[in-house]
Amino acid sequence: MPDTITLQVARYRPESESAPTLQEYEVPLREEWAVLDGLNYVKDHLDGTLSFRWSCRMGICGSCGMTVNGDPALTCGTFLTDYAPGPVRVEPLANFPVIRDLVVEIDDFLHKLPEVKPWLVRDDDGGVDDVEFLQTPEQLDAYKQYSMCINCMLCYSACPVYGIEPDFLGPAAIALAQRYNLAPATSAHQRLDVLATDAGVWACTYVGECTRACPKGVDPAGAIQRYKLTAAARTLLPWGKR
Amino acid sequence: MTYHQPVPLLWWTRRRSYVVFVLRELSSVAVAWFVVHFLLLVTAVHRGPGAYQEFLDWSARPLILVVNLVALAFVVLHAVTWFNLAPKALVVRVQGQQVPPRMIAAGHFGAWFVVSAIVAWVLVVML
Amino acid sequence: MADHDVVVVGGGGAGLRAAIAIVQARPELSVAVVSKVYPMRSHTVSAEGGAAGVIAGDDSLDEHAYDTVSGSDWLCDQDAVEAFVEEAPRELLQLEHWGCPWSRQPDGEVAVRAFGGMKKMRTWFAADKTGFHLLHTLFQTSLRYPQIVRYDEWYVTTLLVDDGRVEGVVGIELATGRIEAITGRAVVLCTGGCGRVFPFTTNGNIKTGDGMALAYRAGAPLKDMEFVQYHPTGLPFTGILITEAARAEGGWLLNKDGYRYLQDYDLGAPSPTPVMRSMELGPRDRISQAFVHEQEKGNTVDTPYGPVVYLDLRHLGEKVIDAKLPFVRELCRQYERIDPVHELIPVRPVQHYMMGGVHTDIDGATGLAGLFAAGEVACVSINGATGSAPTRCPSAWCSAAGPGSRPPSTPWRTPMPRASRPRSPTSGGAWSTTCWRAATVASGSPTCAPTCSTRWRAASGSSATPIRCSPASRSWASCGSGSRRPPSRTPAGRSTPSWSRRWSSGSCWTSPRRWW
Repeated sequence: MPDTITLQVARYRPESESAPTLQEYEVPLREEWAVLDGLNYVKDHLDGTLSFRWSCRMGICGSCGMTVNGDPALTCGTFLTDYAPGPVRVEPLANFPVIRDLVVEIDDFLHKLPEVKPWLVRDDDGGVDDVEFLQTPEQLDAYKQYSMCINCMLCYSACPVYGIEPDFLGPAAIALAQRYNLAPATSAHQRLDVLATDAGVWACTYVGECTRACPKGVDPAGAIQRYKLTAAARTLLPWGKR
Repeated sequence: MTYHQPVPLLWWTRRRSYVVFVLRELSSVAVAWFVVHFLLLVTAVHRGPGAYQEFLDWSARPLILVVNLVALAFVVLHAVTWFNLAPKALVVRVQGQQVPPRMIAAGHFGAWFVVSAIVAWVLVVML
Repeated sequence: MADHDVVVVGGGGAGLRAAIAIVQARPELSVAVVSKVYPMRSHTVSAEGGAAGVIAGDDSLDEHAYDTVSGSDWLCDQDAVEAFVEEAPRELLQLEHWGCPWSRQPDGEVAVRAFGGMKKMRTWFAADKTGFHLLHTLFQTSLRYPQIVRYDEWYVTTLLVDDGRVEGVVGIELATGRIEAITGRAVVLCTGGCGRVFPFTTNGNIKTGDGMALAYRAGAPLKDMEFVQYHPTGLPFTGILITEAARAEGGWLLNKDGYRYLQDYDLGAPSPTPVMRSMELGPRDRISQAFVHEQEKGNTVDTPYGPVVYLDLRHLGEKVIDAKLPFVRELCRQYERIDPVHELIPVRPVQHYMMGGVHTDIDGATGLAGLFAAGEVACVSINGATGSAPTRCPSAWCSAAGPGSRPPSTPWRTPMPRASRPRSPTSGGAWSTTCWRAATVASGSPTCAPTCSTRWRAASGSSATPIRCSPASRSWASCGSGSRRPPSRTPAGRSTPSWSRRWSSGSCWTSPRRWW
C-alpha cells in the first residue's frame, strides 16, 4: 500500500472565482482514515482555508455529506483505502447551490420540511399527565425505518428529479411525512394536500437512487411509492374519501 | 454568491439506474406507437378485406417488424420495472408478519404470467 | 438588529426543549434559536444508550434519587436531583406524545433497560439511537411553532450585557459573515460542553465550549469544571462511543488474558447475566479507573492508538445484538471493520461529558441577571463528580425547578388500557410554568447540546489543531483515573450541598455505601 493518496478537492471561493476548480492535495493513506480524516489533514496541515462541514464523525449528525468520486457519501464513513491508489475526487453534494468549497446551501430542504408537517397530530392527545400511549413493537416497526433519516441530503443529491425540478418536495421530506403518517392513531390523510401534488409524490419517477444513496437504510423511494398508492386510493376510489 | 451547479445534458448516462429510468420514461413512446398501430388496424378492418390485406403486408415489412420488436422490448421493460416496484408500494401483513418483498414481486410476476397465458390460449386455441 | 423576547443559544436537546416550552407556555412570545449548526447536527444526536426516568412498577423516585446522588459521588445538589427525578418521567412521556419512537415491550408499554450506576431498570431507550430520536423528535416538533425563529449557522460571539443584565447576543451569520445583534429580554445558553479540548473524546467537532466561554467572559461563574467524565468504552482512534447499553445487555470487559478484570476492583463478582450496579454496570468513573490500573499492571493490549481492553458481546448472539444494539454493530463494522457478533471490540476510556459548567440555580438562572443555562453547558448540579450515565439526557429536558404540580413520589405508572387512562385537558405542566418563569425572565432546563463547526469558519485560514492538541494531550496524561475527581469518596471535597434535605424515606444520604 502506498504511503499517500491524492485528494482532488473542489474549491469555490466566491470572492475570487465564478466557478469551482479542483485542487490536489497529497494526504497520508492509512487503514483507518476516512475521506473526512484526509480533509481534516488538509485543513490542519496543508491549507487552512478549505471549508467543509463535519461534526460527530460517527455517521449520525449528517453534516459531512459530499460527492466522492461521483457518488454522494458521508465522508466520515467512506474510507481512503477503498479508493487506493487514488486519486479521490471530493466535490460538494450535487443539486445544491455551493456556498464555499464543499459547503452547500440546504435551506430549500429546511423550507420544505415544515410543509409536510413532520410532527405527530393525534386527535386523542389530551396532555402528558400520567398518560402513556401504548404502542406494540409491530406498530413501532411500521414506521421506525422512516424515522431513521438524519437529513444528510444524500438522497436529494442522488435524485435526478430534484436536480431537474427543484420544486420537488424530495425523498427525505416525503419519507419523514410517511414516518408520521404511519405512526399509530394518526391519519395518513392530513398531509394529502401537500404530498399528493405535482411537486409531491407524483413528481417521483422512481429512479430509486435515493434509497441506494441513503446511509441509514431509510428507503425513501419505498416511502414515496407507498404514499402514491395511499393517495391514489384516497382520490380515485369512491370509498377512499371516508 | 452561491454557485448553482449545472445539470449536464448527458447526466442520465452517469449511472445505470439513470439510464434505465430514462429508457422507462421513453417506453411511453413505444406504448403510443402500439396504440397508433392498433388504430391503423381497426381502420383497415373497417375499410374492408383489401385494406386489411394491405395493412398486413405493410406490417410484415422488415422496418415495421423491427419497430414493433423494439417497442415490445420497451413495453416489457416497463412491465418488469413496474412489477419490481410493486413490493415498494405494497406492504402486506399476514398474521402480523410482513410478507417479504420478494414474495409480493413474485406474486405480481406470477399473475402477469397467468394472464398472458390465458390471453395466448384465447388467441391461439379459441380463434 | 433583530429583537425577540427570548434568545436561546444552541439548538440541541436543551435548546429546542426550552424553546418549545416557552412558546407552549406563552404563545405570544417570540423565541430565537441561534445555533452555529443546523439543529439536527447538534451533538445530542450522538447519545446512544438512554434516558433515566422512573416508570416501572417496582421502582420509585426515591430509589432513582438515591442512585443519582450516590452516582454523583455525593457531590450533587440533592434538591436539584429531587426535582429532576420527579420531572424526568413526565418529560420522557412528553417526548413519547410528540412521537419519539421509544423501544417497547410486547404489550406496548415503554421498555426500560438496566444501565450503569442504576439499581433498577429505568432507562428509556430508542434502540441504541436514543439521542438521535430525541433530537429529531424535538426538532420536528419545534417546526410546528412559527414563534420559534431559527438562526441556523449563526455563531454567537458575545453576550450583550448592560448594567449587569444580559440583553441579547451578537452573532455572525457563517454563510455571509454578517454580524448582527439579536436582543431579547432573556438569554438561555444551551451550547453543550467543551469535550473538544481533549484529543481523545467522544464529542463531535462542534463541542467547543462556546457557551461556557460566553458566560465566563460576561461575568457568570462556572463551577465543577474539574469534573470530567470518561466513558469506559470508546473505539480507539475515532473515539466513537460504544454505548453503555452494550454492557447493560450483558457485554463483558476483558483484559488481554480474556479475564473480566473488574472483579479485582471492588466492583462485585462476575455473573453470566448482568447484575445492576455491579461489574460492567458499575459507575463509569470506577470502570475507567480500573482500566488505568490494568494498564499499569500491563494487562492491556497496545495498539497504534493507545492501550485497549476488549468488550465482548459474542455470547449475546446475533439476534439480541441486532434487536437491541444495531448501531453498535453498524459502528463496529464501519469504523473498526469488525463484527461484534464474532469478534471482540477494542475499547479504551474516552472523554465524554463535562459535569461542570455555568453555575445555575434550580430554576436554571445563572449568576447574571437575564442569563439562563441548560444542558451540558450548565451545572445545577445533578451530576456531581461522576454523573450517572442516563441522567444527563433527561436532565436536558427536565426543568430543575418548579415546586408543585409534580407526580407523586410513588410508582405512578398506570397499567390501564390506553382508552381508559386518565386524560388531562392541559398540557405543559410544571415544565412550562418553569419555562415561563425563565421566559419572562426566561428559563431553560438542563443538558446536552452543542454549537458550530469550527471547520466552517474556514476562510480565515487559521487552524484549531494546535489549540486542540496541547492542553488536551496533557489532560489525558495527567488525569490518570477515569473521571477526574477528589481522591476520597466522601462529600468532603466540596462545599456542603443540601444534606439536610429530607426525602420521603426520612433520611438523607451522606455517606458512601457499597454499590451492590
